[in-house]
This record gives sequence, structure tokens and C-alpha cells, in this order.
Amino acid sequence: MRLSKSAKSILGVITGLVLLFIYAPLLLVVVNSFNSDKTFGWPPKGFTLEWWGRAFESEGVRSALVTSLWVAVVSTIISLVLGTLLALALQRYKFFGREAVNLLVILPIALPGIVTGIALNNMFTTILGVPLSMWTVVIAHATFCMVTVFNNVIARLRRVNSRLEEASADLGAGVFTTFRLVTFPQLRSALLAGGLLAFALSFDEIIVTTFTIGAGDTTLPIWILQNLFRPNQAPVVNVVAVVLIVVSIVPIYLAQRLSEDSVGVRRPAKVAA
Amino acid sequence: MSLNTQQPGTAADPGTRPGTAAVPRARKNSFSALLNRTPRLRLAALLTAPAGWLILVYIAALAALLITALWTVDTFTGKVSTTWTFANVIQVLTDPVYQIITLRTIWIALAVTIIDAVIAVPIAFFIAKVATAHWQKILVIAVLMPLWASYLVKAYAWRTVLASGGLLEWMGAPLGVASPGYSETAVILTLAYIWLPYMILPIHAGFEKVPNSLLEASSDLGAKPLKTMRLVMLPILVPSIIAGTIFTFSLSLGDYITAQIVGGTTQMLGTVVYANVGAANNLPFASAVSLIPIVIIMVYLFVVRRTGALNNL
Repeated sequence: MRLSKSAKSILGVITGLVLLFIYAPLLLVVVNSFNSDKTFGWPPKGFTLEWWGRAFESEGVRSALVTSLWVAVVSTIISLVLGTLLALALQRYKFFGREAVNLLVILPIALPGIVTGIALNNMFTTILGVPLSMWTVVIAHATFCMVTVFNNVIARLRRVNSRLEEASADLGAGVFTTFRLVTFPQLRSALLAGGLLAFALSFDEIIVTTFTIGAGDTTLPIWILQNLFRPNQAPVVNVVAVVLIVVSIVPIYLAQRLSEDSVGVRRPAKVAA
Repeated sequence: MSLNTQQPGTAADPGTRPGTAAVPRARKNSFSALLNRTPRLRLAALLTAPAGWLILVYIAALAALLITALWTVDTFTGKVSTTWTFANVIQVLTDPVYQIITLRTIWIALAVTIIDAVIAVPIAFFIAKVATAHWQKILVIAVLMPLWASYLVKAYAWRTVLASGGLLEWMGAPLGVASPGYSETAVILTLAYIWLPYMILPIHAGFEKVPNSLLEASSDLGAKPLKTMRLVMLPILVPSIIAGTIFTFSLSLGDYITAQIVGGTTQMLGTVVYANVGAANNLPFASAVSLIPIVIIMVYLFVVRRTGALNNL
């Protein structure tokens, strides 16, 4: 198919405009975090660092940041273990129900967050009678973060040579030794990429978190939502939003670099793999 | 199998050649030896924890949701009482208030899906088939990164854009276009914005699967680009487009945060669920309402599964 030069440039311009459309609102938040005018009209009136200072001094923001980090780290660790085990099982073995398990791991992110949220909320509060806390958030997050690790690890396993493992076993290494010395080194960067994505996913999740967090706990996204409609807090909300953008985009960029050909996309996961 | 002393050529990373590490002698570890002998046991050891987690946490929760929808709330104590009733489900299905909200939610999800598909196809085509290899990489990352940026922040960003005196009003003023303010239109616009990368990526992957030789053959046989697009590319693309619509449609269907942030008074199914979990404290009713998006998505998945779209997720 030969496209004319003008058709190509029209497509290029459309792509450029859409990317502008994608990035402009995010950039606007970044700009507003330095905007001295509290009504945040456009164009901005002046430059200030006051909001950043206020955000750093805010006790609520700091404790929310700590909570978010804690939840993200613990869920990432659980996802790493479970996602790796699952990827090894599905890639290395054929068994009855393999397709079903494959669907099962995608389900928590294929269904809307509100379904996952209310289902877990209902199970914890009504059925089990467990009070909501940071741990219930971790359980919820690990459930849907697992898939990012799973996708990265399984994409890597498809490419590495399983004969190395057989050779290791033939040379007398036990199952655990083979994993430690042969399988794990080959998976390392995939695990790092999957882990970074899981971290980013957990760090800025809001819907499932809203339904599973205890009354006294606040993550950064919850803090934003609580303060969003308070005009007085608007400047600080902008700053926290910028922090969320940076903390989620940087790991994505790193993960992308680590797994050039096995993009660990959250939902269109296998698409890019 | 025979001992293969040669380093397999396909070793992924030469830096971590396992062959160079000194492999210690097998310790007398009877558990490891047992695992070595029985692949089934190895599989069970791998599978138990993750599959058990997903079933015990997730599938159990979904099942419990279904059951809770058939329970009721004690009006005196405010606690869930396990009296079986179809009242919640019937009310959700027959009360005009919820019918309107359901229809509005479906309409919003459909509009978002169509807008995203229309925008995504040319972009994905440009990235996959027109841009140079160097630019392809950059553009894919450029689409990918905002996909991961916080959903909440994106909705919040649009609140700023749509605000009175905000960017959109400023841009629209010379053209005589007014900002939609906080309304249903704003919800559609914002959701289309938020889920756009989820549509671009599968379609991009779909275009990548179309071999260039096929396009050249079509053109050599005299087809104009649009005809090639319609007759050669589109049939190959259908599963990818449907994969994209699963995301945009299903994710929009369950939304309530965007509606809350930019929707003004717009109510979606998610808004009702949220209100009944929180303020109204009626979990059984919230469960019954949440069954609507679940059923719609299941039906949609069932309808499209024959196209092979599910393998493109």
C-alpha cells in the first residue's frame, strides 16, 4: 500500500495532536502546582513554590505517602511471589484447567474496579467479619497486581531455553538449586519490570482502595479525593497529583526499558508481548 | 536426554550465563529430590499458592457478592440479615430510576468506546505502518506512559481543564465554543481521554500483525489505500478493535469517580453502588446493582469470544 506524502503527513499531524491531547491535561496539573493564582485559571498568573512547601509540611500528606508506599511495597512483594509461581506453572506444564487459571488471573483487572471493590468489601465485612484495614487493601491490591508480574515473567519464560533447566537437573542440581542458579538469573529483569509495574499500579489505585481501606487509614489517592472539593486545599492537591504522576510514570519508563519487547501493559497485556 | 555440554545459542543474556556458575553438588535434600522425581507434585507446589489465592480471595468474593444480593438489611440494626429475597434484584430491574441510570451508563460507555475507536485507528495505523522504526518505539512509549498515570489524577486534570476560567474555556473562546462544564458530556470526554491508550495499544498490535507484503500485494493488484484498508486490514483488525472495546466499555461501565469529579449531578451505576456501600449502608442492594455491569460485561464477552478477541487482551 503506497500512501501519498500528504496522507502520511496528515496522519502524522493527527498523531501529534492526539498525543498533545493526551499530555496537555497532565502538564496542566504540573504547571498549576507552581501557579501562584489560587483559582488556577488559564493562562497562569505567576510562579510560586509555596504549594510544594505546604505539601511537604502537611502532616496528612506525609502520612498518606507513607501508607501508600507501605501498601505498594507489600502488595508488590506478594504479587512477585504469586505471579512468578503462576507463570512457571502455566508456561512449563500442560494441565487440565490451564485456560481457566489463565482467565482467572486476568479477571481482577478485566472486571471494573468497582466490582472488585464491592466484592472484596462485602466478603471482608459481611461474610468474614474482618475489620477493614491496610491489610485488606494489601490483599485486594496483590490480587490485581499479580497479573503484571505474571505477564512479564511468562513472556520471558517463553523466550528462555528450558533445556538449561534440564541440563542443570541432569548435572545433579536439585529443584531449588536450579531455580536459584539457572531460572532466577534469567528472570531477574522481567521480575524487576513486573515488580515496578505492580508498584505503580498499587501506588495510585483509587477505586478498589476506597472499598477496602479502614476508616482511619489514608493513601495518597484517597487523600486527593477527600480534599478535592475543598477549595482551600486545591493548591496542595495539585502538588500531590504531580507526585502521583511522577511516582507512576517513572517506574513505567524503567520497566519499559527493562523489557523492551515484553511490554508489561496492565490490560492490553499480551498485546505488546 | 543426552548431556549437552555446549552452551545453547539462544541463551537470553550472555552476562548471566548459568554455565559459568559453579553448580554445587546436589545436597541430600529429600524434598527437592521428591519434587525432582514427580512433575505433578512440582506443578502442585507452583500452582497451589497463586491459584488458591485467586479462588479464595477473588472467586469466593464474587460468589459472595451474588449471594449477598439476595439478602436484605435489617432496618432496625442496619446489619445485613440473611433473609433470602429477590426484592433487591427486582427493584433494580423494575424501578424507573435505576433503569434510567443503567441506560445512561450504557450510553456513556458506548459513546466513550466509539470515540476512542475512531481516534485510535488512525493513530495506531500511523505508529505501526507509517512511522520509522525509531519513531515507533518513542511513540509506543509516549502512548504507554500516560496509560499508567493515575486514573484519579487524570480525572482531576480534566476537572481543572473544564473548570470555569480553565484551559478549555480559554481555548474555546476565540472559536465561540463553550466548555461543557461539569456534566454528562464532560464525563464522556474525560472517560474517552482516560481509556484512549487502552484502545490504541491493542489496535497498534493488530496493525503490527498485518504483513507489509499483503498490503503491497493489494496495492499491486490495483487497490487504492482506502480499499486496502477496508478489504485487507479491517478483517485482520477486528479482534484487536474488539479487544480495545472490552477495556473502554467495561472500564467506563463501572466508573463512578469520574462522574463524581467532572459529572456534576450525573449519576452512573457506580455512583449508586458507592452510595449504597457508604452512606446508605445497604450492601445487599449495592451488590444487586453491581450485578448489572457484571452481567452486561459477561454477555459482551460471550458475544465477542468467537471473534478471537479474548486472545488479544
